[in-house]
Amino acid sequence: MSLRRPAKNQPENFEFNSSSLEAANTIVSKYPKGKQQSAVMALLYIAQRQNNNWIPLAAMKYIAKFLNMPYIKVYEVATFYTMYNLSPVGKYFIQVCTTTPCMIRGANHLVDACKEKISENESELSQDKSCSWMEVECLGACVNAPMMQINDDYYEDLDKEKTLKILDKILNGETPKPGSYRGRINNEPENNRKTLMELKNA
Amino acid sequence: MLKDSDRIFQNLYNDLGPDLVAAQKRGDWSNTKDLINKGRDWIIDEVKSSELRGRGGAGFPTGLKWSFAPKEVGSRPHYLVINGDESEPGTCKDRDILRFEPHKLIEGCLIASYAVQAHVCYIYIRGEYFIDGQKLQAAIDEAYEKKLIGKNAAGTGWDLDIYIHYGAGAYICGEETALLESIEGKKGQPRLKPPFPALIGLYGCPTIINNVETISVVPTILRRGGKWFASLGRAKNTGTKIFCISGNVNNPCNVEEEMNIPLKELIEVHAGGVIGGWDNLQAVIPGGSSMPLIPKKKCETLTMDFDSLMAEKSGLGTAGIVVINKDQDIIKCMARIARFYKHESCGQCTPCREGSGWMWRMLERMAKGEATKDEIEMLGDVTNQIAGHTICAFGEGSSWPVQGLLRHFKKEIEDRNNLELFVEKKNTIPYLVDQHLLDKKNA
Repeated sequence: MSLRRPAKNQPENFEFNSSSLEAANTIVSKYPKGKQQSAVMALLYIAQRQNNNWIPLAAMKYIAKFLNMPYIKVYEVATFYTMYNLSPVGKYFIQVCTTTPCMIRGANHLVDACKEKISENESELSQDKSCSWMEVECLGACVNAPMMQINDDYYEDLDKEKTLKILDKILNGETPKPGSYRGRINNEPENNRKTLMELKNA
Repeated sequence: MLKDSDRIFQNLYNDLGPDLVAAQKRGDWSNTKDLINKGRDWIIDEVKSSELRGRGGAGFPTGLKWSFAPKEVGSRPHYLVINGDESEPGTCKDRDILRFEPHKLIEGCLIASYAVQAHVCYIYIRGEYFIDGQKLQAAIDEAYEKKLIGKNAAGTGWDLDIYIHYGAGAYICGEETALLESIEGKKGQPRLKPPFPALIGLYGCPTIINNVETISVVPTILRRGGKWFASLGRAKNTGTKIFCISGNVNNPCNVEEEMNIPLKELIEVHAGGVIGGWDNLQAVIPGGSSMPLIPKKKCETLTMDFDSLMAEKSGLGTAGIVVINKDQDIIKCMARIARFYKHESCGQCTPCREGSGWMWRMLERMAKGEATKDEIEMLGDVTNQIAGHTICAFGEGSSWPVQGLLRHFKKEIEDRNNLELFVEKKNTIPYLVDQHLLDKKNA
């Protein structure tokens, strides 16, 4: 298990804005009547998106009321799942995968790059407060190792130099192109494809 | 090597585009109505005769699972749930299906829903695959628009709604009952079985849960016949499978191949060989991080299917192959996997919650050479106290890789960790002596 605690400084109020409210109502309608509790995970995402990528306690209370369920149940869900940020993170939130398949292909160099460019410790904001990074467990792109995720996008087939370049772009406020950084197409074996060649050459 | 015409996922590398028009050119949705009109029993029999086994790791026969759904729909509706919570280190096959072959999955959902009499299907996708989930959502919208799903789906008279439910970074939600808890809006902690989800599942209703890849191959099986699928591979381990080859190989890749393919062929032909040559190979994890590793000397002749790997005391799991060469420190690799399990334990059962941390800390010390001689036995003891003593299979999944390390690389650990027992060195200082350890020695 991982220990997760809410941030010390919490805003007092939270309310969905109109677009969040609309999205929330659509999501509740996906589940059977009386089972609106199912929507809690999606609603936490909506709250996180609205509130600069983190979830304050006030949002959990608001969602509990919205779905007519006990506050503690929302709190349980928000603290159990690791993708809900319980304290502020950067506008660009960088997650570096360091589980074994990435580790043996040099994920530690990506971590070094993050330490160099963003902050010495993980989950710490960079000097201009725009970025933060952390090590995460397997992100499910093992054949593209080593890789990292910035907000929703995957950046694959990296090394230290390429990571430094991506981080430079981010610190300048640009969004670099996601995908493979070795120029390969999706998950095919680079320069060594033996299957479905007719389709490739068609 | 498998013939290209026998490959089910023609668009695995996205040469043709994932949209509906391109998918229809590949044959998806071509005669869904005819297939469904042949009836429920025909579908289930055909899947049974194909001997398709679940692609999510456990390898349970799919046709058999479907036949567990109640024959008549009672007061409770039936549900179909697709497990796309792919989080096993070394595995990234479902992601490619979600983004490049979404229509195979959606068509499979329709056929499976009809077979188990479900009108609602939830696809559970891990939260990190948000972009890939959006691509699937686009495909679902497209299918709704063309009336392939929704009311009277594809003209079959069957109503089906498909919804996506995103996870939020919990590995344990790949366990089927934890996944149901998660859809119900709770912490993902597995349920006790029985009752099995086929009778009491989502919202207490009969629920069939299948992996993304399992469902995606079903339409092709029905189109080409169960016999065709059963003719690939070998008995009880039939068909094709997407293998993910990662780690220290020259060309890590996903590739669809026949079951029972030699491991050496996968690595040498498709993945471009081990970095530093075959002789530089140290070990292979054959089926995602939960499966015990296999040392080099067995890799020469190993074939990849459920039963032959079981015979080697490992397993096919999700077919995520992680190749580790001699440049890597094998103890450190396993310590990192132990850290993964420590992080992902849901905390429900004490042996797993506490034991996964024990294993991680002991392995970290062993990697540094700080452990005493008797700790190696102790580590084996810890793994045995976790496996089989937990609600779900996470206990096995976390202790098997450590057991595999102890089975094949015990000598490495012993060579590095030969510290004397503290009590033996200092047993002249009475207040430092642990009485229990002295008793053990004198006994």
